[in-house]
Amino acid sequence: MFNYSFRWNQALNSLPEMLQGALVTMEIAILSMVIGISIALLLTLFRLSRNRVLSSIAATWVEIARNTPALFQIYMVHFGLGGFGIHLSPYLSLLIGIAFNNAGYLTENFRGALKAIPETQTRAARSLGMTPIQAFKNVIMPQMLRISFLPMTNQMVWAILMTSLGAVVAMNTDLYGVTSELNARTFRTFEFFAIAAVIFYVITKVITLSARLLAARLFRY
Amino acid sequence: MIEIENVYKSFGPLKVLKGVNLTVAKGEVLTVIGGSGSGKSTLLTCINGLESIDSGRILVDGVEVHAKATDLNKLRQKIGIVFQQWNAFPHLTVLENVMLAQVKVLKRSKAEAEAEAVKQLNHVGLADKLAVYPSRLSGGQQQRMAIARALAMSPGYMLFDEVTSALDPQLVGEVLDTLRMLASEGMTMICVTHEMKFAREVSDRVAFFHQGVLAEIAPPEQLFAAPKDPELQKFLSATH
Repeated sequence: MFNYSFRWNQALNSLPEMLQGALVTMEIAILSMVIGISIALLLTLFRLSRNRVLSSIAATWVEIARNTPALFQIYMVHFGLGGFGIHLSPYLSLLIGIAFNNAGYLTENFRGALKAIPETQTRAARSLGMTPIQAFKNVIMPQMLRISFLPMTNQMVWAILMTSLGAVVAMNTDLYGVTSELNARTFRTFEFFAIAAVIFYVITKVITLSARLLAARLFRY
Repeated sequence: MIEIENVYKSFGPLKVLKGVNLTVAKGEVLTVIGGSGSGKSTLLTCINGLESIDSGRILVDGVEVHAKATDLNKLRQKIGIVFQQWNAFPHLTVLENVMLAQVKVLKRSKAEAEAEAVKQLNHVGLADKLAVYPSRLSGGQQQRMAIARALAMSPGYMLFDEVTSALDPQLVGEVLDTLRMLASEGMTMICVTHEMKFAREVSDRVAFFHQGVLAEIAPPEQLFAAPKDPELQKFLSATH
């Protein structure tokens, strides 16, 4: 009843290809975080602003990003925009989709962090003659980033894992895409996906550990 | 000179200031006393424009604080304020706390800002704490740091809002000593305080606020020895 014979060699021979895919996966995750954090900072400012239009843009973004499947978001970027004649490569669609999702979650994290910073910090900064932007940039934001550092690490891990959703837009150069093609050629499903899973695991572990080291260096107060 | 003319201020239905008139001359040390809710702290935050006013006007060196055309960020450079809660910036060292606004607001170079910060921290007795993060300081030390931070902006006026109220009793003295030192150097100061002994010693004049009204103002020897306002008489007998 159980007569599957493992062929690890064949799978391990493809390891270089898979590691190449892992690099693409990390590249997308890192870029999506850089873009996501930048947009989230902007959306956080929008949210704080008294301008109704800006604050509702931020609110809508957060609502959609957090309450619809990431898979739909990526699919929409690729095929949804395609319907309007905007054709993006699978790579770009995946990157934009994940960045969109990151931005939504991070904006919400930043909001939680802001609540933990006493209102009097802004007051003290403004009393020293700082403009609202200067106060945010120099006093509030550094504290906010510290408080939300851990959630940001989680989001980075999530971004790595989300790259596998590239499947829906026929992305074939990332770790999932490469693995999936190897599988299609050989049908050694268990072996290839087990190895891919280990690679995913190692990447995310390295991220969490290095984040912990970075935090110890960055936040000495 | 700070000129406060017929200022009214309310928070919703609560009338906090009811027609306050007050002038503080350059070099004067004015202390403001009164029960909680008398409007004395609100007055300070109105002077530097952190709070709006309903009517009347406040002039600082002839500039109307609440006029639309007034650049508040610019005006605030002239007016240092220190609060009951000292609000150290926790992510910066003591030195960086005192340098930040100098670099960002006054556009001083890092070197200039550092020299000024060291000078002011020295002044308030924190020369050995430059590289320390505020979380390692006592409340009194943090409050003195906040004073140095305000002084480093070279303000013409200093406003102190109950700066010793949140401190442990044994730390009050060191902060009051710092204020005494500033007063003796000729800094123009408005101190909202509950420290009657301090008010008596350093003030040129003492103002008593009661329910949003400036009820009595006089030199300390006169105000404490022969209070005229019945509310002030009650207040003093309760605090002595």
